[in-house]
Amino acid sequence: MATLIDIHDLAKTYVRGRQKIEVLHNINLAVAAGEFLALMGPSGSGKTTLLNLIGGLDAPTAGSISVGGQRIDRLGGGALAKWRASTVGFVFQFYNLMPMLTAQRNVELPLLLTRLSSAQRRKNASIALQLVGLADRAGHKPGELSGGQQQRVAIARAIVSDPTLLVCDEPTGDLDRQSAAEVLGLLQQLNREHGKTVVVVTHDPKAAEYARQTLHLDKGTLVEQAAA
Amino acid sequence: MKYLPLIWAALFRRKTRTILTVLSIIAAFLLFGMLDAVRTSFDQAGKSANGAERLQTGSKLSFIQTLPQSLEAAIGRVPGVKAVAYANWFGGAYQDPHNQIFSFAVSPNYLDLYPEVEVGAAARKSFAETRTGVLVGAQLARKYHWKVGDKLPLQSTIFPNHDGSKNWSFDIVGIMRPRDTGGRMFGQIILMHWKYFDDSTPYNSGTVGWYVSRVADVNQSDRIAKAIDAISANSDHETRTQTEQAATANWIKQFADIGLIVGSIMGAVFFTLMLLAGNTMMQAVRERTSELAVLKTIGFSNRSVLLMVLAESVLLLLIGGLVGLGLATVLLPVVSAGSGGALNLPPVDAGSWLLGVALMLGIGVLVGTLPALRAMRLNIVDALAGR
Repeated sequence: MATLIDIHDLAKTYVRGRQKIEVLHNINLAVAAGEFLALMGPSGSGKTTLLNLIGGLDAPTAGSISVGGQRIDRLGGGALAKWRASTVGFVFQFYNLMPMLTAQRNVELPLLLTRLSSAQRRKNASIALQLVGLADRAGHKPGELSGGQQQRVAIARAIVSDPTLLVCDEPTGDLDRQSAAEVLGLLQQLNREHGKTVVVVTHDPKAAEYARQTLHLDKGTLVEQAAA
Repeated sequence: MKYLPLIWAALFRRKTRTILTVLSIIAAFLLFGMLDAVRTSFDQAGKSANGAERLQTGSKLSFIQTLPQSLEAAIGRVPGVKAVAYANWFGGAYQDPHNQIFSFAVSPNYLDLYPEVEVGAAARKSFAETRTGVLVGAQLARKYHWKVGDKLPLQSTIFPNHDGSKNWSFDIVGIMRPRDTGGRMFGQIILMHWKYFDDSTPYNSGTVGWYVSRVADVNQSDRIAKAIDAISANSDHETRTQTEQAATANWIKQFADIGLIVGSIMGAVFFTLMLLAGNTMMQAVRERTSELAVLKTIGFSNRSVLLMVLAESVLLLLIGGLVGLGLATVLLPVVSAGSGGALNLPPVDAGSWLLGVALMLGIGVLVGTLPALRAMRLNIVDALAGR
């Protein structure tokens, strides 16, 4: 399969006051299109930082990141925002839904950046909600949904604009075992049936079992690679 | 427009806080509507098409100094003057010293210079023939339930009668009705005969308070005013002649600078409002740090986030401001009517609406700028990590 994510000699250093913290160094990684990759490692190992760099939320200090042939480390703020809108879907540990909007409106949010009509946006959001099994909860606000349901709404929001890549930061970290299994099953389904490339950061080895490939990070370096 | 539901939802995320802020904005703009009507009312005094043709000549020293009646003929001879009338301040109170009524002793031809006032032919005739006759404004008549034929006792605040008391008795012979907004003042005043006034009070011996001249050509007003003032130059009764509008404005300023008072009150109100609305917006953005970071994550640009927060702030001001100014528009006629003529406030006009909307937009942008910049500069990674 063709490579979707291509990372070379990646490094990321944060400056906190007078202190320089080297979070990632010498990362080389290639992720094939259609891959389901789990990034594991202890706290502070740099998993989320790597995920943020892959998702275009942060810029590397050195090295290069290409996604679908596009050097995203060279994109400016506005271009990067456009790229994220069209290419990446994000799923967070705490769902990060808008509490004052219904599930339907939350899912429609990324579509506001497109030229779709209001009716088309509604239709696409309904399809996404149907895909995650929450069509009957479209009119509910996040506070009226369980954790697992909220995370499924977040997944619907992530896939509604049909991105190539899904990046998920501890998507099951705040869920009970059964809800976690449902969410991971959904991500697996999106990967297998809809061809989405999925990169998941997780602490949970059980969650990592859903991935086809697992990579371990320690102290900012990739230390181990295991294929499922 | 597609962002409106998102902006609206963000605005009412904390309903109680937003509603309280909106109520403050409503109160501020209600006050603005009312006070601007007061300012406009004073500003418009003396401004009319007929008023433009009239010049007022008073003492150069003070408006309480009188002028000799002999000036009437001299002014009438100034080229360009079509007619001259004169008047004195009387200043009456009805029943209670608190019921102050603007009343003037005027020359027989006084109303000829004011075509904006409607007085029936019978009333004019009766006024001319009745020494103690008075014409009363329609609003006053309505307020005090006066009608033609009534005896009207008035107490002068300054001038004693021939018996030494300040009690005067008049006969109501007609009602004055303004024909247009220019004549609005006549709905609330009383006119009496200068001759009766002059004969009755020992305080006035053939002097008048001011002269009113109608000019043939308004473009000649400056020249005519100078010519009138030249008549009394170097005398003990030097005059100052001005357009009716300037004279009215000067007269009002002797009491108070209404524009300054209204401006100062509104300045204080809007300054407080800015602090209040600014605080609301700042809190609203601070609370939504992670939500704004999510918007940026899914592809909203820094500029869109900045504009959305600004739009939220402007919307907050527009909701409260439009309701407040709308209330003022509805309430002003009610207050005017309810005062029985004591308050004669004009309705909120297009000028006030334009100024009001400009203030809403301006304050909205001003109070939204700081939180909008904060939202725009938000670092996604830090915001998502709760830093």
